[in-house]
Amino acid sequence: MNGVSASVDRLGKVVLENVEEMGKIFLLFLSVLAWMFRPPLKLRNIFKQMEFVGVKSIFVVVLTGTFTGMVLALQGYHGFKMFSAESLVGSTVALGMTRELGPVLTSLMVTARAGSAMAAELGTMRVTEQIDALYVMAANPVKHLIVPRVIAGFLMVPLLTVVSDFMGIVGGYFVGVHILNINPGIFIRNITRLVDLNDIYSGLVKAATFGLILSLVGCYKGFKTSGGAEGVGRATTEAVVLASISILVSDYFLTAIMF
Amino acid sequence: MIKLVDLHKSFRTQKVLDGLDLEIEAGKTTVIIGRSGGGKSVLLKHIIGLIRPDSGEVLIDGTDITRLGDRDLNEIRKKFGMLFQEAALFDSMTVGENVAFPLREHTRMKEEDIRRTVADRLNAVGLTGVEEKMPSELSGGMRKRVGLARAIAMQPQIVLFDEPTTGLDPVMTEAINRLIIETQKNFNLTAVVISHDIQSIFTVGHRIAMLYEGKIIAYGTPEELKASRNPVIVQFLAGSIDGPIRIM
Ligand SMILES: Nc1ncnc2c1ncn2[C@@H]1O[C@H](COP(=O)(O)OP(=O)(O)OP(=O)(O)O)[C@@H](O)[C@H]1O
Ligand SMILES: [Mg+2]
Repeated sequence: MNGVSASVDRLGKVVLENVEEMGKIFLLFLSVLAWMFRPPLKLRNIFKQMEFVGVKSIFVVVLTGTFTGMVLALQGYHGFKMFSAESLVGSTVALGMTRELGPVLTSLMVTARAGSAMAAELGTMRVTEQIDALYVMAANPVKHLIVPRVIAGFLMVPLLTVVSDFMGIVGGYFVGVHILNINPGIFIRNITRLVDLNDIYSGLVKAATFGLILSLVGCYKGFKTSGGAEGVGRATTEAVVLASISILVSDYFLTAIMF
Repeated sequence: MIKLVDLHKSFRTQKVLDGLDLEIEAGKTTVIIGRSGGGKSVLLKHIIGLIRPDSGEVLIDGTDITRLGDRDLNEIRKKFGMLFQEAALFDSMTVGENVAFPLREHTRMKEEDIRRTVADRLNAVGLTGVEEKMPSELSGGMRKRVGLARAIAMQPQIVLFDEPTTGLDPVMTEAINRLIIETQKNFNLTAVVISHDIQSIFTVGHRIAMLYEGKIIAYGTPEELKASRNPVIVQFLAGSIDGPIRIM
């Protein structure tokens, strides 16, 4: 009996800690909003982060997008062949990419690349007293460090998602048309007939939300780092895990709301 | 004037400040000495509101900063410059951008004026032509001097120096001491210097305060401290192993 109540106790504690953490991240979001509209905005910092989050992620996003589209085509083909609906492969790839896999995979890749780096950078700044130095010079760290990163995440993840969607369809086309011998005209026509702009928009709304989540979580974890190099390592890991889980969970709810 | 009243600060079970009282006179250099790990850096961070005490007051020109909100605290902090023990340079910025940071943040100086001021401040700490270097490309002593240049960039009224000469060669130590003495005199600074270097203590300080077991146990002019009979001070200044200060 004691063992049970102890583990219920522990479960309760874990739940409470997580709820508390969510609350703190939300408060951070509010203060980012407040600082975002207080001039002067440091455009140079924002562009630097956009380059880091966006431009430097293009390669991995192209790669993951292409192969995901190729796999979707292959899997879809084997399924649809059973009731001779191979012509639907094109639209399946396109819908799967734009609604779901484009935004989710892109933001998971960006989490691994940039969200982790945000946590590591801010964590290092914390343990080497650079954040204290900002406070001492009466400069707000949220404005200087977190606002540019959150803006970059919010803007660049949707753009990367467009790239990923496009490459996925290209990959699907390649497999469908050149390997599985689906008629290219039918492949394309099915995409334009069955995919409408709302599918793309909803995917981009997801992407922007995920971009927000991964940059906020990365910054939050980095910002509250303590305990030297080990602490920075811990913050980085926690940032990736928490951001990835949050992305997948919120994906379910966004899907439930939008479709 | 800076006045610390009955400061208490513990980290978990470790008492670091234990009812500390200290008055730091305006327009003078006060040196704080004490054993390594004794809480000198913690004390300095209380003065600028980076650490809040468990109890007690930190009065800056009569305002208790331990009760201030962020905005008011920032106004007070604009009076300050601070050199961190490990320099705390922004490692994503060049040396020049580091020193220019407070100027860009709080003044509307023209870019060429900023450049000239930055070069001036760097010259003052014995560095030339390092503006384009990254902090990671500098030696420890050079980083410290860049930190010093950044701390005095805005010509603040109060400057806190956390071990400005630790890790410098004897010649550079002397040069930095002169720099502190001269800036203090020229701008009538209130300077608070933490130092382990006995010789520097006496050349730089108008007043010396000894922190021991969480309290200021002695305060006075260099002469007064040298003449002190307090065994803790005698042992500390002589650097001897025998006495009330135990190694472990
Ligand atoms: N953020 C913190 N969390 C927990 N303990 C701390 C923290 N900062 C300082 N301490 C502890 O407080 C004590 C005093 O530290 P402090 O850095 O003030 O020493 P110091 O007098 O500056 O020493 P040194 O001359 O070596 O720089 C140390 O024992 C340290 O472990
Ligand atoms: Mg120290």
